[in-house]
This record gives sequence, structure tokens and C-alpha cells, in this order.
Amino acid sequence: MAETPCILDARIPGGPLADKWQRYQADVKLVSPANKRKYRVIVVGSGLAGASAAASLAELGYQVDCFTFHDSPRRAHSVAAQGGINAAKNYRNDGDSVERLFRDTVKGGDYRSREANVYRLAEISNQIIDHCVAQGIPFARDYGGYLDNRSFGGAQVARTFYARGQTGQQLLLGAYGALSRQIHAGQVRMHTRTEMLDLVVDNDRAQGIITRRLTDGRIERHRADAVVLATGGYSNIFYLSTNAIACNVTATYRAYRRGACFANPSFTQIHPTCIPAAEDHQSKLTLMSESLRNDGRIWVPRAAHDDRPASTIPDEERDYYLERLYPAYGNLSPRDISSRAAKAVCDEGRGVGPTGHGVYLDFSEAIGRLGEKVMSDRYGNLFAMYERITGEDPWKVPMRIYPAAHYTMGGLWVDYELTTTVPGLYAIGEANFSDHGANRLGASALMQGLADGYFILPITIGRYLAGSTPAPSDTAGAAFDEADSSIRERLDRLVATGGRTPVETFHRRLGELMWEHCGMSRERSGLETALQEIPALREEFWDNICVCGGSEEFNVVLEKAGRVADYLEFAEVMVRDALEREESCGAHFRVEHQTGGGEAKRDDENFAHVATWMYQGDDKVPLRRTEPLAFEHLALAERDYR
Amino acid sequence: MDFTLRIWRQHGHDEPGTLVTYPVKGISPDLSFLEMLDVLNEELVGKGEAPIAFDHDCREGICGSCAMVINGDPHGPLPGTTTCQLYMRHFRDGADITVEPWRARAFPVLRDLIVDRGALDRIIEAGGYVSVNTGAAPDAHAVTVAKQSADAAFEAAACIGCGACVAACPNGAAMLFAAAKVTQLALLPQGQPERIGRVIGMVEAMDAAGFGNCTNHYACAEACPKEIPIRFIARLNREFMVAALTSREFAEAPKPLEHEE
Repeated sequence: MAETPCILDARIPGGPLADKWQRYQADVKLVSPANKRKYRVIVVGSGLAGASAAASLAELGYQVDCFTFHDSPRRAHSVAAQGGINAAKNYRNDGDSVERLFRDTVKGGDYRSREANVYRLAEISNQIIDHCVAQGIPFARDYGGYLDNRSFGGAQVARTFYARGQTGQQLLLGAYGALSRQIHAGQVRMHTRTEMLDLVVDNDRAQGIITRRLTDGRIERHRADAVVLATGGYSNIFYLSTNAIACNVTATYRAYRRGACFANPSFTQIHPTCIPAAEDHQSKLTLMSESLRNDGRIWVPRAAHDDRPASTIPDEERDYYLERLYPAYGNLSPRDISSRAAKAVCDEGRGVGPTGHGVYLDFSEAIGRLGEKVMSDRYGNLFAMYERITGEDPWKVPMRIYPAAHYTMGGLWVDYELTTTVPGLYAIGEANFSDHGANRLGASALMQGLADGYFILPITIGRYLAGSTPAPSDTAGAAFDEADSSIRERLDRLVATGGRTPVETFHRRLGELMWEHCGMSRERSGLETALQEIPALREEFWDNICVCGGSEEFNVVLEKAGRVADYLEFAEVMVRDALEREESCGAHFRVEHQTGGGEAKRDDENFAHVATWMYQGDDKVPLRRTEPLAFEHLALAERDYR
Repeated sequence: MDFTLRIWRQHGHDEPGTLVTYPVKGISPDLSFLEMLDVLNEELVGKGEAPIAFDHDCREGICGSCAMVINGDPHGPLPGTTTCQLYMRHFRDGADITVEPWRARAFPVLRDLIVDRGALDRIIEAGGYVSVNTGAAPDAHAVTVAKQSADAAFEAAACIGCGACVAACPNGAAMLFAAAKVTQLALLPQGQPERIGRVIGMVEAMDAAGFGNCTNHYACAEACPKEIPIRFIARLNREFMVAALTSREFAEAPKPLEHEE
């Protein structure tokens, strides 16, 4: 067997950056309209990326099977995105362009993304808005009837389209409508409450998947000509995150075990403004819109362990640390920098609230300056949401906020066509390692998910399908048998363990461990500790887990146990990636690599690449393969926010 | 805080269910209702008993997964609030709390508090969208939309599809749900070409799925966690009436529903 090359080729088309996508589309092989119906494509996931891909593929004439573990495709976690979606329309005449959106995104990602992909994303951003408006998505409009825009972090133009604080919901319902239309037309077979548990690879090609029907535990085999994973991110590895409870790494991790390289797993975004955990049984963290930082001032007491009520601490005994450390950007410093600063002051014992993991976001000055009416128009709904969750009134006492895991830039490695390293297997949306580099800008996730699903994948998948003969629907054969029986064995093993420890206990412990050692800042010693502790925790899991009941029934504990079991394995890959990347960039901050002033220090000479991990076997260290990033269009520059 | 919970337990669709009493003690008022159930479930698992199955996911009131009738009210006592956004501080210490699944003919119970709400998807599949293929759209500014229309359409589009309206309705009707989608698209220029066929298709799907009809109890709007206004049902009726009078798009002549008791 030939040795696996250590360098990955993204197969970027030639020609000038601005022409690549047009040229690709002109040159790509197509499947003729009459032949499309002979091909079957599996789409796993029904969020923005999955639903848009399934609908668009079906519109083209392919037969599509779409899977979700939810009771309805409309529940996918894309629904929770608040802020908006970027596009380079320049409707505001403020100097925006495809080129500018491209530059902002590459810079925001701290120069760890692929130029050709980001440029294509910026180009497609405009088509997305056109399509979503045509679908009847009620975007915010001005009195002339035209679309309204707001500005977001990391940009000097107003290019974000929005539907109040529910943009993700509205875009998802648009994609869900398109998907529903194709279900009605018989072009998509929708499989709800069905979870993918393994990928079937035969002859080095993705051939299908193995699923478990959650309502009765039935294991099923599905064969197709191509498999698309649109299964989202893995922020829940930290246990507490802003993600929905069911978000998991299982589909992408299982694909990794079947040969797909996992790229930049350690690139995880921590969002600075979330409501802090109140106590031990808290199950998730709620994001408070970043827009609050426009008028709120962030502070902690100067002295450690000062537990006086906020209002009784005089101004001179408060430390407005962001304004002090970053006078130019102050309370609006970027997400990664604000998050790390909050952690630092809390580590000094100056955190506020019952747990000490919190900082104040204080509106008293703004309320005095702007008045209650203006503040209520701007933030009324957010204040109400905060009060509902915490029982505290932000009109009277400062909010308490703390950073929380929010989004994962890492994911399955894909080339320009969104193909993983397994031919016939595609990854789209947050599930791929994406165009966000080491840090995602606000309002870019929705853009990327929809660009992949509506406009890129439906074109690029044709190239692969045109070169393959439609497969029979037959699911016999050694590869299906092996995947099927390995899943059954694993489920049986979980059921047979017969321990007494709830799965939540293990998930919580893994989360604490990852947050401590592989969270906002990482250090060699901590990462090495994590590499020791994860296998021990995993062993304990398999000895003591309780799944209460069998695998051939509706068993919600078993579902969760399987997902946590995968997190317990994947955690090691993530830690290894953080350990090997001996630099700080974007959301990845290595304590050893900082400037004298405590800022992230990139190492472009040695790490201007995508790092990917290739599975080598259960007891073996995965192989690290890289894709060098060539910056031909933009010059590598330092980010400075002082 | 301490509570006495009476929770509906049902192993499967075809099996009988019953209310089972569970005392819970030492609950923090800062826990959400679902987190309180998590605590109970961890206790049950520790004793080797099957935990209570319930649908939930985002836990921030937007995915529409969570669905329980709490002391007779879908999503509990607070107006405009999903179950996941309900906190224990909203209850009296020592309270008795009864928790049941959505009850409606169109929503069969799958297990404990989990019901099958697929019937709502069938309604959307029958026409709750604009039939536009990817790539076909003109520039987003080619058609303007009056701000008032866009805002009203948004108000309708805010529906999260949880099914509380159905659970609250004595007839098990999904009128508010269907009305929200019909209204959203009827208010926008993009929704006009299919306006007639859409409302007929969706109403027929609603009937076929076993939902009842509106008899003006207004319980749906009361229960709606997104406060979708009742006036949208009037619009649905108007849209349907216009369609019925003007169109030849009925798949077949509307039939009276066979009544099952």
C-alpha cells in the first residue's frame, strides 16, 4: 500500500482569484437532466446547510434521502442563530464589495482560511439574499420597503441582513419550506427521529450510512451514490455551551474513523457575552447578543473577593479592564480578546456572582445618558430575556456575563468541492472545517451554511456523480455487514455495562476537563494533563455508565450515551491538535505564544496551514497531515486592537 | 425548593399510561423546569429506573421541541413562554405540579411526554412555502415590500411549530399554526402566485391529519409561547373563503369530515 502523503491538495482551480468559481462552473462535468433521477444522495442533517442542500439537489432531479434525529427538520440548531447574515450587496452605498467581505473574513479568521473558498463565499453571499427574499423570508425593511442592514464586529460597513433577533429561525424556515416542497413532490424521503451512527465505505468510496430509528431502536442500512454530512458543530464537548442539548460530534467523528481527515479540531470559538452558569445542574448557557457591548461597560471590582453589591462599590474601586487594556476598542474588543480578558480577571479572584465566574456588564451610565426610552428600544427584549433567566433586573443591577463555547471552526477537512478525503463523502456547514479560519466573524455562519447547501454542493457533487455509475439500492455486502454489526456491538456493550452512573456525570466531567485545559487558553502542561485524563475518564465511562433499558426501544439515555462516548474519543484529537499547533491564532491561544503585552502571537512561518488528523486505529496516534495555505491575494498582517 | 410532581408515564403508543408521583427536594429556584426534570431523571437513573422521556433541545425558546402540559396549561402558567424558559422560581415552594403530554388526536403519544407532531409537517408540505428553485430569484431589491407588511409577516413567521395551540384547543385544531404560515405568505408579494392553492392545500392537509376545527375558544392564542395573534385565524378563514369561491384548485370537492368519537 502506498504511503499516505502528508500534504493535502485542496484542488483549487487555476486562474485569478475572482474568476476561479466562474471558471470552475464553466468547466465542471455535469449529469444530464434525464440521468439525475438515477442517482441517490444521502443528506444527514436538516439545518441551514442540510435542508438547503437536500432541497436544491432534489430540485435538480436527484433522489434524496434526508435524515434528522429531531422530530421535524425545522428543529435543527440553526434555528437559534440570532444576529443576521452577511452579504456584499452594498445597498447602503458605504463602500462594500465582494473583495471587502472576502478581506474582512480572512482577516477575522486570523489568516488560517483558504483564500479561494472565502472569495467564493463572498461572491455567493449576494445570491443567498436574493433567494431568501424570494422564499418570503420577512427580513427587516425600512419605510421605503427596502431591506435594512446593521453592522457587526470586524467590519466597517453595514452588510448584515436580519429578521429581528431571529434571523437563523427565519432562514431555517425558508430552507425547511423548500425541503417540505420536495418531500411533498416525492423527491426527498425524509427520515425524522433517525440518527446516523456510522458511515459505510467500500472500495475507498462512501457508499451509505447505518442509522438507528430512535423511536424503536431499529438499525437500518441506507445506500446512496454520495453522502453529505451537514451535522453541525461540537461545542457541546465542553458540556456547557450555547449549543442545543443534542448537538454532537458523532456523525463527523464516525466519518473520521472511516478515513475522513478532521481539520483544525482545536479551533473552537468562545463567545464573550453569555449568561453565566448559576449552579451545578445548569444544562446550557444562553447567549446575550453582542450588541449589548455597544452601550454596556464591563467591569469587575479592583480587589479580589469583593462581594459587596455592585451598586455599593464606588467607581474608583472598579476596574473597567477592557477600557483600560484596549483603549482603542474598549468594550467592543473582538470576541477572542474579550473572552480571555474575562477569564483572566476571574482567575485573579475578581469574578462576580455566586460562582465567581462572571463579570459585570453595566448599563447605568448608558441609561443615564440615553434615557430609558432609547435603551428600551435598543435592548428591551434582551433585558427581559435576561431577567426571565436570572431573576435579576438589568435596569437596576448590572448584568453578569461570562464567556461560553459557541461555535466550532474545526470540522471535517474538505477540498474546494467540499469533498472530504473519502471520495463521495461531502461535508457542509459547520460540519466542515469551513471558511472561518481560526475565528468566525458574526453573521458569517448562516452565510456559509447556505452558500454550501444552496449554491456550491449542488454544482460540485455533479462532477463526482458524473464519473460514477448509479449504484443499486442493495445494502448487502461485507462493508455494510461490518458497519452494521460494529454498531450493534457497540450498542449492546453500552446496554450491558449495567453501571449506576448517569451519562450526564461523565459529560459534565469531560466538559470541565476540556474547558480547563483546552478552552479559552491552552498550555502545554494542561494539554498533556488532559491527554492523560481523557482515556481514564473514558475507561470509567465504559465501566460505570447506566443507559437504563435496552437498545431496541425508545431510549433517550442510550442516545445520549452514544454521543458522549464519541466525545470522549474525539476530545483526544482536539487536545492533540491544540498541543501540536505551537502558535496562537484567532480563538486558539497558547499561553506560551504571546507578545509581551499578552496578545496572541502567530507563527506564519511554521503554522500557516490547515492541520488535519487521520485515524490510524484505536490505540494509535492519528496521523497529522497539513494543507499549506498560500496567500497570493492578501498579505499576511497582524491583528491589533489596541 | 420542594415539589410533588405527578408525571404521565407511558411506555409506548399502544400501551396504557398513568400519572406517577415523584417528590423532588432541594431544587434551586434558578433551575429551569427542564433542568428540574434533569435532576429527577439523574436520580431515577441512579436507582436503575427509566428516566422520563421528553422532547427538548435548544432550551432557549426557539426550536419548538419542548412540549408539556403543566397543571393543565400547555407550556405552563407564564404567558409567552416555552417550557424550557420556565424557571422554578415561577412556582410556589411545596407546589403540586402535574405534567402531561400534548393531548390531541393528531399527536399520538410515543413515550411518556413525547408525542408525534409529524402532522404539523404534513400541513407545511402541502403548501407552506413559495415554490422558487435555487438560482431563480431576481435581485432582492427587485420587489419592495411595505414595512408594515414585512413586520406583520414577521409576526406570523415567528411561530415555532411546537403545537401548544393544538394541545390547548378543545377541538385539537391546528388553525393558529396553519393561519400563521398562510398569513405570512399572503402578506408578501412573493406569496401571491400560489395564494389560492396554498390555503386550500394546507386546510385539506389539516383535515386529513385529524385536526379539528376552530370554534372560537381562543385557547390557542392564550397558550402560544410566541403570542401569535388570534386575528390570523380570521385571515385564514377569509383566505380560504376567497379561495373556495374563486378557484378550481380543490383536489376534489371538500367533504364533511367523518366524525369519530
